Order: sequence, then C-alpha cells, then structure tokens
Amino acid sequence: MSKDNQILEDFTSKEYEHGWSVNYEADEAPIGLNEDIIQWISAKKEEPQWLLEWRLKAFRTWLTMEEPKWANVHYPKIDLQGLRYYSAPKQTKKPKNLDEVDPELLDIYKRLGINLNEQKRLQGIAVDAVLDSVSVATTFKDTLSKLGIVFCSFSEAVKEHPDLIKKYLGSVVPMTDNYYAALNSAVFSDGSFCYIPKGVRCPMELSTYFRINAANTGQFERTLIVAEDESYCSYLEGCTAPQRDENQLHAAVVEIYAGTHAEVKYSTVQNWFPGDKNGKGGIYNFVTKRGICAGDHSKISWTQVETGSAVTWKYPSCILKGDYSIGEFYSVAVTNNYQQADTGTKMIHIGKNTKSRIVSKGISAGKSQNSYRGQVQVMKRATNARNFSQCDSLLMGDRCGAHTFPYIDINNPTAKVEHEATTSKIGEDQIFYCNQRGIATEDAVALIVNGYAKEVLNQLPMEFAVEAQKLLALTLEGSVG
Amino acid sequence: MLSIKNLHASIEGTPILRGINLEIKAGEVHAIMGPNGSGKSTLASVLAGREEYEVTDGEVIFNGKDLLEYSPEDRAREGVFLAFQYPVEIPGVSSTNFLRTAVNQVREYRGLDPLDAVKFLTLMKEKMKLVEIDQKLLSRSLNEGFSGGEKKRNEIFQMAMLEPKLSILDETDSGLDIDALKIVSNGVNQLKSKDNATIVVTHYQRLLDYIVPDYVHVLYKGRIVKSGTKELALELEEKGYDWIKEAVDSEATV
Ligand SMILES: Nc1ncnc2c1ncn2[C@@H]1O[C@H](COP(=O)(O)OP(=O)(O)OP(=O)(O)O)[C@@H](O)[C@H]1O
Ligand SMILES: [Mg+2]
Repeated sequence: MSKDNQILEDFTSKEYEHGWSVNYEADEAPIGLNEDIIQWISAKKEEPQWLLEWRLKAFRTWLTMEEPKWANVHYPKIDLQGLRYYSAPKQTKKPKNLDEVDPELLDIYKRLGINLNEQKRLQGIAVDAVLDSVSVATTFKDTLSKLGIVFCSFSEAVKEHPDLIKKYLGSVVPMTDNYYAALNSAVFSDGSFCYIPKGVRCPMELSTYFRINAANTGQFERTLIVAEDESYCSYLEGCTAPQRDENQLHAAVVEIYAGTHAEVKYSTVQNWFPGDKNGKGGIYNFVTKRGICAGDHSKISWTQVETGSAVTWKYPSCILKGDYSIGEFYSVAVTNNYQQADTGTKMIHIGKNTKSRIVSKGISAGKSQNSYRGQVQVMKRATNARNFSQCDSLLMGDRCGAHTFPYIDINNPTAKVEHEATTSKIGEDQIFYCNQRGIATEDAVALIVNGYAKEVLNQLPMEFAVEAQKLLALTLEGSVG
Repeated sequence: MLSIKNLHASIEGTPILRGINLEIKAGEVHAIMGPNGSGKSTLASVLAGREEYEVTDGEVIFNGKDLLEYSPEDRAREGVFLAFQYPVEIPGVSSTNFLRTAVNQVREYRGLDPLDAVKFLTLMKEKMKLVEIDQKLLSRSLNEGFSGGEKKRNEIFQMAMLEPKLSILDETDSGLDIDALKIVSNGVNQLKSKDNATIVVTHYQRLLDYIVPDYVHVLYKGRIVKSGTKELALELEEKGYDWIKEAVDSEATV
C-alpha cells in the first residue's frame, strides 16, 4: 500500500493542455435565469414564435422539478441564477462562408488543433465549430448538400429547415425528461444538426467541436441527428474548456433518430477541464443523450472516451423500438485527482429480436470516484431480446473508488441478458516488466491502459482513436499505482 | 563487466541475499543453481532493480557504473536484460507494439534514431527466425493465454530484439519441451559474443549441455556457497544439494 502511494506521489499531474482562454468582444445575455432571459435568447437567435413557446414551456416545467440526487457524485449546489446563459463573439455581419469568419475565431480552433480551412483539413471530416453559445463555422457544407445531407448549426437549421426541427426536436428526449434536459430545452444555445436523407451513406465523418471560452457562462448545446431509412452516418464530438477556478456548467442534449435499416455511430472524446490537482474548478458535465432506433433493423452505436470534467453525469441510451434493431454502448471513463464520474447507459428493448451490447471500461486514479450505472429494460413485447454487458474497472492506487450499478428489468421470458464485471488493479508486476524492457513508467501505464481500453478505442474512427490514446495517457500522467 | 560485492538485500525486513560476491567478464556464461527458495530469482530481481527489494549492503558495478543508482528502465537501457521466471501478461497490448516501444526507448537512450515501422518489422523478422517464433503469437496480446513454453520462447525473442550486454535467464528452460529447449538454447548461443555475458539460472544440468557455462555457482541461503566449472553441475545432478547444505549448515553452527 505504502508503495503504491509512493509511486502515486512521485508524479505530479501534467497541466491540462487546453486551459487557455482568449478575450473576444462578446455579445452576452445578462446574468440570471428567468422568462425575460429566455425571450432575450430566443430574440437574439431570431427564432419563430413556436420555439419561444416551446422554451418557455420547458422552463415552466423545469421550475417544478428537482435536481436529481441519485447519482454517486457530490458537489456544492450550483447557483443557476449566478450564471450567464448566452455569450457569443460579436460579429458585425453574419459570415456567409468560411472566408468571412473572423480570423481570430478561426485561430482559437487552430490552437486547439482543429483547422477549419477546408483545403488544409484532412479530407473526410466535416466540422461544425461551436464557441460558447454559437456555431462559428461549419466546413464542407456545400459538398454535403449535393448529396442532400444537411450539416449545419442548430440555429441555422431552425431558420432553414423549420419543418424538420419541429418534427424531431424533443421527440427522443422530451423537454420534461429530466431536470437538466428541461433546463437545456429552456435555454439551449447552439449545437449541430445533421440530416441524412433516405438511402444516403454520408461519405465523411461529421463532427462538432465544442469549446467553452467565456467565464461564468453555462454551455447548453443541443444536437439533433436524423438518419432516414437506409442511411448511414458517423458523427464525432470533441470538447475542451479553459482552466478556471470556478466550476462551469455544461448541460447538453443530444437526440438521434434512426429510420429503418439506418445506422448512426456517435463518438465522443470528452476533454472538458477536469479541475486542478486539488479538485478546484472544472466542468460539471450533465448530459442527456438518447437515440431511438425507430425503424426495423436500425442501429445506434455510442462510443465515448470521457477524460475530462470535474463531475460527469451522462447515460447515452438507446430505445430499441424497431424489430431487429441494435443498440451499442462502448465507454472508457477515466477519472483522476478529485474527478467524479457517474456514467453508463440505458438500453430499452421494445421491438422483437432487438440486441444490445454494453462495454464499459472505467479507469480510476488519484482520489477520484468512477461509477458505472446501466439499465437494461426488456418490455413485454420484446420477444428474443438479447443483451450483453461487460463492465470492467481498473484501479490505480488505493484512494480511488470504482462502483458498478447495473439495473436489469425484464418483462419477457424469452430475453437473454448477460452481465460480466471485473475489477483489477494496474499491476506492479506489469509496470516492472515494461520497465525491465526499457520502457519508462509513464509510457508503461499508457501502454497498459490503452491495452485495457482497446475494445472501446477500436470503435473510434482512426484519427480520433490516436488522439484518444494520447489523451488517456495524458490524463493519467502522474497517477501510477 | 559485472562485479557484485557483498550484496545484501531484504524484502519486507526479511534478509534474502546475505553477502553475494560474483565477478563476470564479457564473453562469459555463468550458471547459478541452488535449491528452491535460495534466492536466485531475488538476485535477478535486485540486479534488474525491482523496488520491493531493499539493498542493505554491498555494491554492484556494471561496466564501470554503479548499477544500484539506476532506475529499472535505465538499467535495461544500459543493457541488463532479465528473462523472467514468470513472464507477465499485458492484455490488449500486442508483443509487436510492446517491443516497438521498448526498442525505441532503448535506442533513444543510446542516442539512436527510432526505427520506423518498416525497419522495425525487418528486424523482427530476422530475430523471429532465431527462436523460430510464430508471427501469429506476436500479434496476440503480450503473453496472454500463451502456454508456459510460448512465454519462455517469447522472453528469448525479446532478448534477441533488445541485444543486451548482460542477460539473466531465470529458469528459462522450465516449461520448454525437448525440441523447444534446443531451439531456445541455440538462439541464446547465437546471441553470445565476446562483448556480452549471460547468467543462466537453472535447476537442470540438461540445459547446460546446450548452453555451456564457463562457471557454475551454487546459491544457498542467500550466499554463493560453492563455485566450479561445468563438472559441478554434473556432480549436483548426481548427488543433489544435501552434501552442500550439510557442509554449509555445520559450518554455520560451529
Ligand atoms: N514478500 C516476501 N516476504 C518474505 N519472504 C519472501 C518474499 N518474497 C520472497 N520471499 C522469500 O525469499 C526467498 C527467495 O526466493 P527466490 O524466489 O529468490 O528463490 P529462488 O531461489 O528463485 O527459488 P526457485 O528455485 O523456487 O525459483 C524464498 O524463501 C521466498 O519465500
Ligand atoms: Mg526463482
């Protein structure tokens, strides 16, 4: 024990790489949360009346709701009246294309390693760049629109594709679904909208890069992906935030709709500022993500690599409504220092012959707490439903905690549900073995951890997988046990 | 090359090595034998820098350097290699990936450029022949689900890849079938040169028919109690350890 701690102490955590911020001239809402603020946001975004009413309805319901307390996370009460709900870089005129976007804004993304210049970008990935409350640029829009694919900011979609938004907004995550989802529905700012028409395979990865810059501002993005029958798309989400002493709130909602034979892969590499070594600052990440496999033979697959945030509360879920539909959840959640994560999934089997697969790999280091919370629900008419869950925890040191909370609810006798769970400690023996071959301890940990998380990392698109591997190593730097 | 003087080491307060003296010159092969629990693996671990063991006295000079001052990885980079008695499994990490990291970190320490993928694979192909190891084994997770013999063979393959100056083989022969024993020994012999040295820890004289030692030492209760040439191994095979134990124990009680 003393030895483990010794090694733990021997390393000091590497600083968070994306902790810088810039000063931009901001267009921001006054601090506070009330109906006036919501009207202010809606007016700012020049929204139609129905959407304002939708927001207000969500707000009024939210007022009657209580913050959930069941998650295995602890944090001081968030002063929601002390936050700002909209902050955006001031732009004199709306840029029509990438060339008109303020170069200073493009620079922010360049510093993050995201080049928005289409010529210089890797082919094959279209990016929507969201800074605080607005989308600043979306690449490859034209290329995609030739195929009938819509990929744009949510605000733009409200203007250009109101019928689609009206049809699908809140259809998977109802506005009153839960406390944070209701809050998001009332004040959501921007996010991405993807629409893949019937029979189209999206030829490139669609991705959104979320950046929180402004202080004391909550980020409430809203993403909606609609994949019509026989379509396919792979979507990636990345996020970072500056290092600040105060905690910041991020409460997003993501909705996915998949029609018959449609397939959506949704991957996240979450790297919000986790707080410092002593647990000061960091993002509170309260996210509702849900997809519906509405059509027969449809498939939704969630892959997440969660390395950041001070507190994470997140359960990407699948409603398997169509017969033969498939839901998948692959997750690596790393916590270090004082981070807390309560994450997992819900698989709701409604259709016949539906299948779900859950692979969760928790890695805890420092004094962090890492919980897997998953629910598998098989409804009455879901004959022959199948689920396989694998939940592994890896502990580094002896001051962290790993917890598993599986809930299984079966209402059809033909269901087959399997659950496997393991807990292991990163072995002194493994590290010494690597050392003996000339591999430094930090690299040994990176190797071992990446090996452990391989099944999940393999699900990520190539470039993301490489980045995720580096991120895992970085997050755990300074935490060997 | 290696000079061990009066080495004492203990684990959790229990002394295990109690005054080891050993001189090894470049080009030599030394065999270390001795009953179970006598401290052979402990000696190997202490030389490799395992931190659980506390060195309480003595010194180890390796090529003019104070070896005990170096971290385990730097000892490896300086050219100390330990073929483990019980090789460790690392799930999800292929041998290839593992070795590439190792080889390149060792090269970096020695001021050499890293090997790119093509050069690395060429080197691997060449060394694979030496111990007749299957490519398939190397693309699997390191040692995971390997048979006992496969693990041992893989250790020697790693040794071939890293080209150490001092190799310590801790019971590499146990678990190998007769053919594998020949192949592995043959590999070790081919890696031998006038510039490197080998310590083989074994219980069986048979290995020493293939890897012929210049010296044989008997370790008992944390000390080298007898040294000789390869004939000593034959004598031990015939008579066992009792005569040595008796001699040592009676001396101790006097
Ligand atoms: N943590 C420990 N605490 C106390 N004694 C230990 C500990 N670890 C090892 N030992 C003891 O140290 C002694 C030497 O062990 P070592 O593994 O070096 O023996 P060996 O000569 O390699 O034996 P074998 O031939 O069986 O491989 C043994 O008696 C063993 O029980
Ligand atoms: Mg031994």
